[in-house]
Amino acid sequence: MIPSAFNYVAPRSLEEALACLGRCEPGTAALLAGGMSLVPALKLRFARPATLVDIGRIAALRGIEANAGGIHIGALVTHAELLGAPQLADRPVFAETARVIADPQVRNRGTLGGSLAYAHPAADWPAVFLALGGEAELFGPRGARAVAAEDFFTGIFGTAIGADEILTGVRFAHVPVNAGSAYSKMRQQASGMALVGVAAQLVLDAAGAIRAASVGVTGVNAVPFRARSLEARLQGSASDPAALSAACALGITEADPLGDRHASADYRLHLLGVHAGRALARALARARGSAGDGADYND
Amino acid sequence: MKHAAPEGGIGARLPRLEDPRLLVGGGCFVDDLQVPGMLHLDILRSPHAHARIGAIDASAARALPGVAAVYTGAELAQFLRALPSAGGLQGFSAPEHHALAIERVRFVGEGVAAVLASDRYLARDACEAIRVDYEPLPAVTDPEAALAVCAPVLHEALHGNRAFELRIGNDTAEALAGAERVVRGRFVNQRIVPNTMETRGALAHFEPWQERLTVWLSTQAPHLMRRELARLLDFPEHRLRVVAPDVGGAFGAKNNPYAEELLAAALSLRHRVPVKWIEERQEHMLATSHARAQTVEVSAGVRADGTLCALHYRLVADMGAYYHAITHVGPMMTAALMTGAYRIAHAATDIVAVFTNTTPTDPYRGFGRAEAAYFVERTMDLVARELGLDPLELRRRNLIGRGEFPFATPTGHVHESGDFGLCLERALARLDYEGARREQARLRTVGRYLGIGLATHVWRAGFPSVPGGKGYVVSGWERSTVSLDPSGTARAVIGTSPHGQGIVTTTAQIVAEALGIRPQDVRVIHGDTDALAHGNGTMGSRSLVVGGSATWLAARQLREQATRLAAHLLRLPADRLVLRDGGFADREDPAKRITLAAVAAHAQAGPRDLPAGMASSLEATALFEQPNFVTCFGTHVCVVEVEPQTGEVRILRYIAVDDAGRAVNPTVVEGQLHGGLAQGIGQALLEEAVYDTAGQPLAASFLEYATPRAGDLPRFEVELTETPSSVNPLGARGIGEAGTVGAPPAVVNAVLDALAPLGVRHLDMPLTPQKVWRAIREARA
Repeated sequence: MIPSAFNYVAPRSLEEALACLGRCEPGTAALLAGGMSLVPALKLRFARPATLVDIGRIAALRGIEANAGGIHIGALVTHAELLGAPQLADRPVFAETARVIADPQVRNRGTLGGSLAYAHPAADWPAVFLALGGEAELFGPRGARAVAAEDFFTGIFGTAIGADEILTGVRFAHVPVNAGSAYSKMRQQASGMALVGVAAQLVLDAAGAIRAASVGVTGVNAVPFRARSLEARLQGSASDPAALSAACALGITEADPLGDRHASADYRLHLLGVHAGRALARALARARGSAGDGADYND
Repeated sequence: MKHAAPEGGIGARLPRLEDPRLLVGGGCFVDDLQVPGMLHLDILRSPHAHARIGAIDASAARALPGVAAVYTGAELAQFLRALPSAGGLQGFSAPEHHALAIERVRFVGEGVAAVLASDRYLARDACEAIRVDYEPLPAVTDPEAALAVCAPVLHEALHGNRAFELRIGNDTAEALAGAERVVRGRFVNQRIVPNTMETRGALAHFEPWQERLTVWLSTQAPHLMRRELARLLDFPEHRLRVVAPDVGGAFGAKNNPYAEELLAAALSLRHRVPVKWIEERQEHMLATSHARAQTVEVSAGVRADGTLCALHYRLVADMGAYYHAITHVGPMMTAALMTGAYRIAHAATDIVAVFTNTTPTDPYRGFGRAEAAYFVERTMDLVARELGLDPLELRRRNLIGRGEFPFATPTGHVHESGDFGLCLERALARLDYEGARREQARLRTVGRYLGIGLATHVWRAGFPSVPGGKGYVVSGWERSTVSLDPSGTARAVIGTSPHGQGIVTTTAQIVAEALGIRPQDVRVIHGDTDALAHGNGTMGSRSLVVGGSATWLAARQLREQATRLAAHLLRLPADRLVLRDGGFADREDPAKRITLAAVAAHAQAGPRDLPAGMASSLEATALFEQPNFVTCFGTHVCVVEVEPQTGEVRILRYIAVDDAGRAVNPTVVEGQLHGGLAQGIGQALLEEAVYDTAGQPLAASFLEYATPRAGDLPRFEVELTETPSSVNPLGARGIGEAGTVGAPPAVVNAVLDALAPLGVRHLDMPLTPQKVWRAIREARA
């Protein structure tokens, strides 16, 4: 790795980290968490920050915590930790997603917060974050604030995080009764990122019909999105696999697929339908309590 | 004299002696080496595929504190020779290829300037500070397009982009005209990147006080590199030492005397400082040889009985922008082996070799032979389909029989020995071919697409010398010295330069077998031109068949010496002695005994009591060269399932039965197969070095270039057969390249077999999900 020269600081607290950011010219500092995206960019000199603020030693950014409002996952929690966290045992979608991210080395270093803050258009967590309706917790000179998942991604590699703010964690509400969620992905064969990634959550009513559906999509558009058109179609519908496939077959109008060497726009659109169907079918099975252990993914 | 084989001798599944050290991080690669005061070399590379170089302003770079020097191509050419270009190529002109481009760049990644600085970071900063005026020129990356009259010309001193044309084979026109049926196809063996785990690197250290230049190189052929560096630097060869420390893979791509390694040595001499250069991954993808890049148009003439009477290829071979050392040899080898395992009386290849604005091509595991196997095995499947025959049946009808060796092909190659049907039948039995076909038929009725692919591949290893070549020429012989220490341990100094092949272990086993000692008591010394005066190196699956044979011959000579001396000391005729348990004993009176160590110690002590003419140390050197290539063969069977919704290919079974001739260590042989299969499957399904039409590489990082990983691979079912070769004393056959030769056709044949009910006739590698999905969709439409 032959990056261009940079200053390196490793604050021990959030306040110290904010002070470090405050001392830098806006846009010249980069926050280093697991480094799984930033370090390759530094290595190729695509990223040339004047200052690298290593937040890896800030204890407050670690840990998974269940509380009255739901669950809080610290920004520095790694993919590997999400793969085996007991606090997430009732949310198998986390392990299912973590398991299809890159390889064990990357999973041991890469973080949930880093993935969301970097906002790569083919990262996996944004889909889950959207489908589960999470909130991003930000901390800055003006204090703490929360941003809903759907308002978080603002453009390609763009988020609602201010230049002087730090993403400290994400929050998810309690799992609703009769709910199930799942993630289904097709990997780009070289990078392992999502050619298409779909996270889905279904909530059933007492009669077994779909009370609410939420679908998050990554890898397709320049910015990850909620598939509202599909969700609307699903709401109130019967909860059988045939109905789910039929709903997917009608398409997702929000999709504005990118085309590249690995997947042209038409192939991506086709894969979106396939993986939406797979994610929904698995979410349904989990909502019905028949496959809640997350053991049956085939990605 | 007889002896009982020691534990761990030839045939034993000895765990690799190399591994403990490497597995605990005890390896030492070029980049691990430090010499006080060393400077770092970095190369500024062209961002253009084709451009005229205008002014180069390096003043800002030169002004940076810590920058020792900046050189342009023109400055360098005043004291450095041009690079070797198509060594030994007769009758055709080769373009001049300089260490750094002069006046014109011809591919993205070609070196334009070199910086010498006190650290790597500064060297890169200085590269960025150099201003180069480029005048972009139209580029051409597709070899067929490069042959067009109006195509941009790379080398104006030559005539167009046609590097050379050559016909290899006999007359095919008449046989094709008389054939019952002519099957035609076009197959591409795509351009790929070797991607050794350790990239290239060099550390050159000139020590003026002893006028000695040492170059530590990540190479597979230190002796070859010593000769080339001496020639290119005008430096006396006897004062030049090349050392290959641990090398993390080479695959044929570390045979070539590259610009960067030469520059490190040249600048160490000029500046009288140690100079280090370490290649980055992206540089590896741009500046280390690419491979394959061949396309054939096939015409196969078939008789009514399903036998082939003629085979013709028009082969377009992409040389890249320049020749590397033996770039031109690839298509010639493909032509020589075009008929594969089959009896085809009329065969010829018309080679058209072409320059394009791309990275030069050169060897990669299976060089020329992997392409040949792919083309002929795809041809067989295509012929079978057009004839409505099972591909297995077609192969059985055309396979060269056990009794037909030596078998001369119409393209000038002689298969020395073999038993092609043996591997085929073993593989079929392991699979239960008939059962697999029934299962395939059953699953098709429920919309599942299973495919079974066969490759009955043949290739060759351990090249003999080609006399009369000029410039860079590789000789076919290899050399080993085996000696016995006074304490009874042995050492073997070998001219091959292993870097993953397990040759340290197998060499120790060969010596152990010959001397009746434990392999652990044999030290294998390699990769240092000061340890052995002359050698050639590791390439073309020659390390065991040629190098191992030299070691075997030297160890046998050493045993004869030791036996003579033991007989002399025991006052017995030599033929009464048995060598076992580390000593010689009288066959008739086992109490009369002398240990090997005592014999060695006696020899060492001096000439007082030695048999007439015996020197006072036990040491033997042998040279070995095969009179002909050894024929290598096997059968691979691949079973895949294609997921029609997404186009994904899943390998359900992979059976590889290859003939080792004689497996010195079956575990090592299997390991060689595993590695090769991974790379072969990688070529079939994943890998491709793609350029856009303007010559920009689109897959020059691991984010874009899909190299196979464990998760992409099935569990390998590997079996070995042992049919002794006739051309080396071990009876061994090459195995290192079997995986990359056999896997691409086996996998591609399997996928196309799966897609057969949809009417998909052929797809070119890599068979990516998108490509398969699109083919299915178009076939259904």
